Amino acid sequence: MGDWMTVTDRGLSSESKTISQYTSEIKMSPSSLYSQQVLCSSIPLSKNVHSFFSAFCTEDNIEQSISYLDQELTTFGFPSLYEESKGKETKRELNIVAVLNCMNELLVLQRKNLLAQENVETQNLKLGSDMDHLQSCYSKLKEQLETSRREMIGLQERDRQLQCKNRNLHQLLKNEKDEVQKLQNIIASRATQYNHDMKRKEREYNKLKERLHQLVMNKKDKKIAMDILNYVGRADGKRGSWRTGKTEARNEDEMYKILLNDYEYRQKQILMENAELKKVLQQMKKEMISLLSPQKKKPRERVDDSTGTVISDVEEDAGELSRESMWDLSCETVREQLTNSIRKQWRILKSHVEKLDNQVSKVHLEGFNDEDVISRQDHEQETEKLELEIQQCKEMIKTQQQLLQQQLATACDDDTTSLLRDCYLLEEKERLKEEWSLFKEQKKNFERERRSFTEAAIRLGLERKAFEEERASWLKQQFLNMTTFDHQNSENVKLFSAFSGSSDRDNLIVHSRQPQKKPHNVSNGSPVCMSKLTKSLPASPSTSDFCQTRSCVSEHSSSINVLNMTPEEIKPNQVGGECTNQKWSVASRPGSQEGCYSGCSLTYTNSHVEKDDLP
Amino acid sequence: MNFSEVFKLSSLLCKFSPDGKYLASCVQYRLVVRDVNTLQILQLYTCLDQIQHIEWSADSLFILCAMYKRGLVQVWSLEQPEWHCKIDEGSAGLVASCWSPDGRHILNTTEFHLRITVWSLCTKSVSYIKYPKACLQGIAFTRDGRYMALAERRDCKDYVSIFVCSDWQLLRHFDTDTQDLTGIEWAPNGCVLAVWDSCLEYKILLYSLDGRLLSAYSAYEWSLGIKSVAWSPSSQFLAVGSYDGKVRILNHVTWKMITEFGHPATINNPKIVVYKEAEKSPQLGLGCLSFPPPGAGAGPLPSSESKYEIASVPVSLQTLKPVTDRANPKIGIGMLAFSPDSYFLATRNDNIPNAVWVWDIQKLRLFAVLEQLSPVRTFQWDPQQPRLAICTGGSRLYLWSPAGCMSVQVPGEGDFAVLSLCWHLSGDSMALLSKDHVCLCFLETEASVSTACRQLGGHT
Repeated sequence: MGDWMTVTDRGLSSESKTISQYTSEIKMSPSSLYSQQVLCSSIPLSKNVHSFFSAFCTEDNIEQSISYLDQELTTFGFPSLYEESKGKETKRELNIVAVLNCMNELLVLQRKNLLAQENVETQNLKLGSDMDHLQSCYSKLKEQLETSRREMIGLQERDRQLQCKNRNLHQLLKNEKDEVQKLQNIIASRATQYNHDMKRKEREYNKLKERLHQLVMNKKDKKIAMDILNYVGRADGKRGSWRTGKTEARNEDEMYKILLNDYEYRQKQILMENAELKKVLQQMKKEMISLLSPQKKKPRERVDDSTGTVISDVEEDAGELSRESMWDLSCETVREQLTNSIRKQWRILKSHVEKLDNQVSKVHLEGFNDEDVISRQDHEQETEKLELEIQQCKEMIKTQQQLLQQQLATACDDDTTSLLRDCYLLEEKERLKEEWSLFKEQKKNFERERRSFTEAAIRLGLERKAFEEERASWLKQQFLNMTTFDHQNSENVKLFSAFSGSSDRDNLIVHSRQPQKKPHNVSNGSPVCMSKLTKSLPASPSTSDFCQTRSCVSEHSSSINVLNMTPEEIKPNQVGGECTNQKWSVASRPGSQEGCYSGCSLTYTNSHVEKDDLP
Repeated sequence: MNFSEVFKLSSLLCKFSPDGKYLASCVQYRLVVRDVNTLQILQLYTCLDQIQHIEWSADSLFILCAMYKRGLVQVWSLEQPEWHCKIDEGSAGLVASCWSPDGRHILNTTEFHLRITVWSLCTKSVSYIKYPKACLQGIAFTRDGRYMALAERRDCKDYVSIFVCSDWQLLRHFDTDTQDLTGIEWAPNGCVLAVWDSCLEYKILLYSLDGRLLSAYSAYEWSLGIKSVAWSPSSQFLAVGSYDGKVRILNHVTWKMITEFGHPATINNPKIVVYKEAEKSPQLGLGCLSFPPPGAGAGPLPSSESKYEIASVPVSLQTLKPVTDRANPKIGIGMLAFSPDSYFLATRNDNIPNAVWVWDIQKLRLFAVLEQLSPVRTFQWDPQQPRLAICTGGSRLYLWSPAGCMSVQVPGEGDFAVLSLCWHLSGDSMALLSKDHVCLCFLETEASVSTACRQLGGHT
């Protein structure tokens, strides 16, 4: 009994372990927690089974409980716990295998159920949250609906008010119109009244005037008189003439003459204007014909049916052009012809332009998508930007050109200057700029080095002096001490070694300077020889010579820079002499500044590196 | 710019002779004739009473002095100082007197416009013209002096009579389609007569010399109509200023309106230069605008300087609220003048009294606006070039030209309030008239003025 219990115990514990493991892997949900608790409790449960099962199964009622379980299990469709009875009387034996199987199945079921429960619970949770969400959505929408409804009501109210206002305004307008009408009527009536009154008054006034006239004028008023010393002559010197019918006729004549003159003058002006306009028209026509004639063939083919007559007219008019003189003669007929032909040609031109427009638009439609079409504004902005860029580039180029020209002022031959002027491509500019900065930097280094060189040269001069003095003394000594030659010889060796140390340094200086100083000399490509020369002739490059070269360098620095590259290129790779030669040719060829400058920069970097090695 | 010393004057009576040699001015009952260049008194005539009107004859040989109160006209000869002529209109009275263009006839209008008497200085003959209309501008002579148009009123109808000035023969007589004719004006070429109605009705009629009606134009109804009319010197345009604050330009071919110039109180167009007169304390701005007067060392310095500033648009001009229930309300275009070359038109809107508007006639648009500190009294174009002189009744003279604007303080003791001005024929000088003084202002030559103007343009 205890045996199987332990077996079941073990199995159960293992099962529970796996389950607990499994559950611990699952997310901690309340349900899983619960199950875990249950399972946890099942672990101690296994240890004190007795106490647990005491309620259901005791030692007394094992049989009953087994049978009960059997019954229960069979009702649930499990195989019976008892072995198949062979006989009715024989007491049915408990089949432990079946029990274990049942147990296992029950446990599997239990697990399944737990899983299902868990699933259901999560589902439930999900649904619950969904529900919450939907509810909140619903409430929100409800609120929205409410607000929009309120808004609508407000708008309706406003609309109503506005309509009301509008109606009022209409009414007011109508009233105003009526008012205006009324006022106009009043004004009109007043005006008539006024005029009538005025007329009446005026009549009275006239009567009074008449009366006054009679009273004042007809009475021989002695006072009305002119007191004059003597009559003066007329301004034109003529005598006054009697008024006769003749003078009247003459006056009429004169008046008409004046009018006629005026009209003639105006006619002349108008004629002139007309002539001008005609000229313009004629010119326009000519230009139109010349413009349209090359395309005449095309439209003839195309529009032969519709505007065939027009083309014939064009030809007719072209023939008519020779009779330009007739345009000045009469206007009625010519005007009509002219205007008609101009009109026709204008129509042709218009159709042509329209066609072109259509073509253009078609091309546009075919060629570009709507997105690809650049809006005018964008285009303008772009062009503006580009123009600005060009301006900047131009300025840059100018500054560079200036600087370069300053550098190349004396050294450059005409070819290179023209080359400088001509070949300023943008890319080159960029590169030039970069190179220019590099160049500047190098120049700085160069200058620094030059300073050190000059110092070295000065030192050299001093040393040479000392050496010369030494040599003199040595010669003197030698001369004096011919006998003690051997002893002196060893001294001599010492001296030489001391000198060679310094001369080596000098040699290096000279070597690095030499290519700048005498490029043609260097092109022979024998720095070693040079060093030998300096060694063998320590007095040959005097300090003054150095100064000269320095000035020369400063003057011709740019040209030297160009030339500078060869020796140094040759020296490291004598095999690649051809290559450098090629570069040379590139540099000298007009129109390829790029090559020249790249070469230059190359040499510069090289020289820079070399110089770094110098003391 | 130089200023002469001031001379006494009464009733603003001061005129240059038509030939430009003399300057006639009146002091009470004395007529003084001076040489324009030396300002020396050439002649001094004494009239019988205070002179109310003077006028030079066209040949600059005679001057008439009218004394309306006494009904007298006295004529003086410049060549013969002892020569005298006195015309007495007697009890008929006198309200206007003028020369005929030949300078040998005097037209006197009697009181109540009963008649016009034409007195001849050559013969004893006296002519009478009855029924002249009592209106603002009832007599008009053509520029060549050949014809005279006269507005008449008979039987409550308006007529126009055209006389030949040489023998005062009636050439044409025709009625005009006007309610109450107010003015007539010949075109400078003497072939077209503009006739306009009273302000109650907008109506302008154009008649040929032979009395044919060429055209009639009316811009609107029911409202107050024409206030001022001006022909362009080229006879090409007729500018009509009206009470609605607009100037309408008619052309001489179709007599239709070409354009109308409104005079709004605010100017928004940034192309238009608005010169605004600004007062400045003297220590601040003795720029080139303020003119150091040569003879003003003794006189007290003016309390303040004024100069023009270019106002930035939009500019709102000072407007006057017109009293509409009174007669002759201060609204509408009251003054109009074309420049001698017909390129510019200067106008004044009476309810914006401080501003002068200068219009470009070639482009038919507003060119410049000058806003003064006080109401503009008179403006007059230089007879030789497009240069406008403006006075506002203050002690300053304002000049505008296309190049710029300037204001000049008239030197002298106390304030010389310029009430009126008139240009000399040559455009080199002008007479500035105050209540009882006259002063001549000599302008620099054209070149120096233009440079000055340029300087001003740069400074303003």
